[in-house]
Order: sequence, then C-alpha cells, then structure tokens
Amino acid sequence: MDLLREALVWLADGGNWAGPTGITARLGEHLMVTAIVVALACLLAMPIGVWAGHRGRGGDLIVGIAGAARALPTLGLLTLAALALGIGLVAPVVALVVLAIPPVLNAAYSGIATVQPSVTGAARAVGMSSRQVLAQVQLPLATPVLLGGVRSATLQVIATATLAAYTSNTGLGRYIFAGLKANDYPLLIAGSLLVVVVALVVDALFAVAQRFSVRHR
Amino acid sequence: MKWLSQNWPMVIDLTLDHLWMTVQITVLTVLFAVPLARLSMTNRWLRAVAVVFTNSLYAVPSLALFMMVPVLVGVPLRSTTNVVIVLTLYGVAVIWRSTLDAFDTLPPRILDASDAMGVTRWRRFWSVELPLASPVLVSALRVVLASTISLITVGAVIGVPSLGLLFTDGFQRGITAEVITGIVVVVALGWLLDRLVAVAGAAAMPWRATTPRRSRRLARRVQAQSLRGTDGSAA
Repeated sequence: MDLLREALVWLADGGNWAGPTGITARLGEHLMVTAIVVALACLLAMPIGVWAGHRGRGGDLIVGIAGAARALPTLGLLTLAALALGIGLVAPVVALVVLAIPPVLNAAYSGIATVQPSVTGAARAVGMSSRQVLAQVQLPLATPVLLGGVRSATLQVIATATLAAYTSNTGLGRYIFAGLKANDYPLLIAGSLLVVVVALVVDALFAVAQRFSVRHR
Repeated sequence: MKWLSQNWPMVIDLTLDHLWMTVQITVLTVLFAVPLARLSMTNRWLRAVAVVFTNSLYAVPSLALFMMVPVLVGVPLRSTTNVVIVLTLYGVAVIWRSTLDAFDTLPPRILDASDAMGVTRWRRFWSVELPLASPVLVSALRVVLASTISLITVGAVIGVPSLGLLFTDGFQRGITAEVITGIVVVVALGWLLDRLVAVAGAAAMPWRATTPRRSRRLARRVQAQSLRGTDGSAA
C-alpha cells in the first residue's frame, strides 16, 4: 500500500506532467494513436459489414473471422509487426488496425442483419428503395450495436496500445515498461493507474453515447 | 523451419507451461464463477456486484492488472500466480454474468415442477438448473478459453514463461521465425482446446443433440452480448 501512495505522489507532482515525455504528452500520444487506429478500422470494416448485413450474405464468414481473431495473440502481432516494419509508430498502428477490424466488422454485420425482417419488410411495402431501407431504417436501428462494436474495438486498442510501448517509444505504456526495467514500482503502478483511468473514462463515454443512440421502437 | 528444427524442445516446454496455466485458470474460473452466478440469482447485493464487476473489468487492460494485482494481493510481480490470478478475474467476469443470465431465464414451470416433486434445493441445482444452464456455460467457457490463451502470452513481458516468451525473445534477438512459430502454436492450441470443450460439452449434454447450427447461434449470442458491453474482456 506504501507503493500505491508513492505512485499517487508521483502522479500529483506537476513536474511529471510537463515536457516531451511528461504525462500530458504520453496521454496525448495514447489517445491520438487510438483515435487514428479506430478511425482506420471503421473506414475499412464498417462499409463491408454494413453491406454484408444489408444483403444478408457472408455472415458465417464474418462471424468466423471475428471468432478466430479473438485467438490471435496481441503481443505476437505487435512483435511481428515491429520486426517487419521497424520500431517506429507504423508497426503498432498496423498491428492495432488488424486487431480493431474484427469487432467493428462483426458489429456492423450483426447490427444490420438482426433488424427485424418485419420492419424492413414494412419499409419495402410502403415503397422504400433498398438504399432508403438501409439509410432510414436499418442504420438508425443498428446504431447501438454499431457503437458497441466501436466501443469494444476502442477498448481493445487502448489496452493493446499500452502493450505497444514494448516495441515502440509511445503512449502511457512507456511508464510501465520503464518502471519494469528499473524496478521502479511506484512508476509502474502510476502508469497502470493512468491506463486504467483512461480505459474506464472512454468506456463510460461510449456507454452514454450508446444510451442516447437507442431509438424508441 | 530451420529455427524450429533447432529449438523444438523449448517450444514444447513452453507449450506445456502455457497449457498448464490455461488449465489452472479455466478450473479456477468455473469454480468461482458458477457458484457466484447461482448465489447472485437470489442475492440482490451480489447481483449488483456482478454488474459493476463485469462492466468495469472488461475495460481494464491486462498489462495494468498484472502490475496492480501484486500490490493489492501481495503476490510477487514476476510470478505465474500473478498471471493466473489476473486471468481468472477476467474469466470470472465473463462466466459469472452469462451464467447468471442463463439461470435467470430458466423456465419457472420446470423449477416449480421439481419443487413439487419434492426435490431438495441442492439436487435441484445439480440435476435441473445446472444442466439447463450448461449450454450457455459451455459457450461462455469457449469465449474465455480463446481470450485466456491469447492473454497468457502478455505475461511474457514480466518474464512469466509461456508461449509469449517466443514473442519477447524473438523480438529482442530479431528472429522472425520464432515470433511466427509462437503465433501459430498459440492459435493452434486455442483451436484444439476449443474443439475439445465443444466435443466434451456435446458429450456431457446428450439430451441436447447439439447441432452445429444451434451451437453457432449460441456462440453468436454470447458474442453479441459482449458487443453490447455486458460482458467479454479486453486485452
């Protein structure tokens, strides 16, 4: 428990927040990498998942990919990417995008595909085109599930971006690995606390967004 | 291939370490999660804990938990015990919640019927409630197994031996073949254990005559649940 207090003292020291390796900068890096990766994953996976859900095709393949991706060891992907692409920022971003795609793809597909057929049928019956059904019925109804996919992808990326500090000099994970290397326990606990707080805050924001996105039925 | 031909004894040793940790975590998870789920069926306080615990834990990165559990529990940081405790926590979070859902949706008529037959509480649990909830338990267990096998490798950064050592060692010494071997063996191990649990589950539930379609639907339901943020775990 003394370690915990020392960690909090370290966090409370304003000097540790400033500078290019200060908490503010590391936090910024971490959030920036997360935002870029999730945006890329959505850009790549969302259209495919939505299209597959709309057409009702390729579902087993998408669910299979999502299931198989769960088994991929994140540390393995990170180290492989680092060996192939060097220790810069590109390698972790590529590895993280690979990890973020399956949940987004899966959510986009199942969100659209699980809209009640009676609802889409009714929309067609009142004369909506296929495109209108997608844009005005399926997408609005699927929004909570889509957000759920983005939420789990984001949390996965925040967690793995911490681990990415093992291969590249970026993000809040640096404190953990620096602490591990120097046996500086307060530093490593302070880094962990920061990561936990970031993850919980981001998760809470998504929870609020998801609640607001639910339409009345 | 050349790397593997010279180092396969080490790969086998690490695979066994990995497997042993997986077994420990899975057994502990079920031992804790199923009683907790059954108790929170009737205990409102435990139910609230289940919701808070599962909802917040899946957001917490495993690396951070590997650092904090030793401080909170007092186990050594660089120990197998630490990894087992942390991953059991994640497993319990998933199985507690989904098994509770399964218990909650048991048909009341069947429970009433067994009460009317004079079955004791204890026997009702073993011969009615648990068998009826076991399909959900098995699919939740498969989700936990998949993520556990992958997360054990993270323990390599704190020096706990598992297949993850192939990643850290391969990275430090620049041996791509070693890292690729690690990924392949981890994925193969996950696939193998998943099949094992699926087959064992089907054998233990002969009355269900599990069709692949049906179990796939169940697996999808558990997955959809994790997307809605009600359970599941992050790396």
